[in-house]
Amino acid sequence: MTLSVSIQSKQFANGSCAIRDLSFTARPGEFVAIVGPSGAGKTTLLKIISGLDTAFEGQLQLPAAGKIGFMFQEPRLMPWLTVAQNLSLVDKTASGARLTQCLAQVGLKDCADLFPNQLSGGMQRRVALLRAFLVAPQLLLMDAPFQSLDAPTADQLRAHLLELWQGSQPTVLFVTHNLQEALALADRVLFLSPGPSRIALDLPLDLPRPRGVDSPAVQALAQQLLQRYPDLLKGSVQPAA
Amino acid sequence: MSEELKSPREAQSGLWSRVWPLLALTLLWQVVAMQAHSRVLPTPLAVFEVLLREISSGDLLFHLGQTVTRVAISFCLAMVLGVGLGILMGRSRRADSVLDSFLILGLNVPALVTTILCYIWFGLSETAAILAVVVNKIPMVAINLREGARAIDAQLMEVAQVYRLPRSERFFKVYLPQLYPYLFSSARNGLALIWKIVLVVELLGRSDGVGFQIGSFFHFFDITSILAYTLAFSALIFLLEALLLRPLENRLNRWRP
Repeated sequence: MTLSVSIQSKQFANGSCAIRDLSFTARPGEFVAIVGPSGAGKTTLLKIISGLDTAFEGQLQLPAAGKIGFMFQEPRLMPWLTVAQNLSLVDKTASGARLTQCLAQVGLKDCADLFPNQLSGGMQRRVALLRAFLVAPQLLLMDAPFQSLDAPTADQLRAHLLELWQGSQPTVLFVTHNLQEALALADRVLFLSPGPSRIALDLPLDLPRPRGVDSPAVQALAQQLLQRYPDLLKGSVQPAA
Repeated sequence: MSEELKSPREAQSGLWSRVWPLLALTLLWQVVAMQAHSRVLPTPLAVFEVLLREISSGDLLFHLGQTVTRVAISFCLAMVLGVGLGILMGRSRRADSVLDSFLILGLNVPALVTTILCYIWFGLSETAAILAVVVNKIPMVAINLREGARAIDAQLMEVAQVYRLPRSERFFKVYLPQLYPYLFSSARNGLALIWKIVLVVELLGRSDGVGFQIGSFFHFFDITSILAYTLAFSALIFLLEALLLRPLENRLNRWRP
């Protein structure tokens, strides 16, 4: 079933308007990146879609039954639970051989009994990524999950993400500030305007996979886009003068 | 984890550093008591003798048992009710503003007053005794847990909500662990305070228990027996701390670096 989002308006308690007339659809299994300047309401948008924030005007049509996976900016693991306990918290069947296999898939074979603070930031995010996929989501929301990582660690996590995504094919909404990251991962990129945000540009991508963040194809496309819309990352699609 | 890594020698030196101050205190007591040579300050040896006699006669164990039972019942009741109240007040601003005055009142009314009132209103019964203790303790637990409930990490609660954890798991695996430090400090303070209040309550209106016994010894000016009971009591607290509270706390704090 298609994901369909249509938000007429989202106001905060202080009266400021975060989102106005923002709508889009995503087909099952589509990887959609959402790029916008900070303060454009990207996090708010994900909170609305996930059901964490219900105070808005508009309609959502989510994939039927089935849980939503959500990977936050910080790993948000329960510090008092081991890696294994953190994972089985969201999915009771994640134990024994299945758990071992899942952990091995993201290179955390021997980490089941460690606590989150015994892991590096990159490893914690791999656990968070795994947790998001364990619930077999039809919709996976990701809120700039790799933004505070060093480049090689972020690359590794992106590779794990793509592998897991190709395995179970959930619809993905991936929020990021990083244009190259969006172009490297997504089937389609939505550029948001500054708040109150709406969609400034809906850009389908047909670059062949796999494509790295640093690959010539991604770099060339990024450059081309920025030449055409110099203020794209500020959320404006005014063409260059 | 640190517990497992500790070598036996380190564990021993830990125990020793706890024991020697007590031994030093006992020695000092012995010296002062021998110098003073007074009926109001018996030597530790004399106290120890009485302690053994009281144990072998069965009196001490019976009265200590009565007291411990009262302490255990009032402790559990006060913890459960206080935790509930604290969480409620930490979560709901409205509940907080309605109940805050009662909390301040409860914290400041002397234990002696609540005890006497309970006995007058509900009779010299076991229920009145327990009620008096519980009423004294609840506000302290509640105020502690209110702080904890206010410090709950909303981000972790969002994780629980997004992943649609069942209510019980949300509470026991995500919410409650954040309150453990507050629970432990309440439990420690609570135990200390409840001991003290239970003794007053027993002194005023019960015919058994350590408080009752100490009251009788007071009438006969039997300082040695008073100290013997106090000693038995302190030993029990140390055991409880070493065998129950600390191991439990270490276990629940395993994840801390």
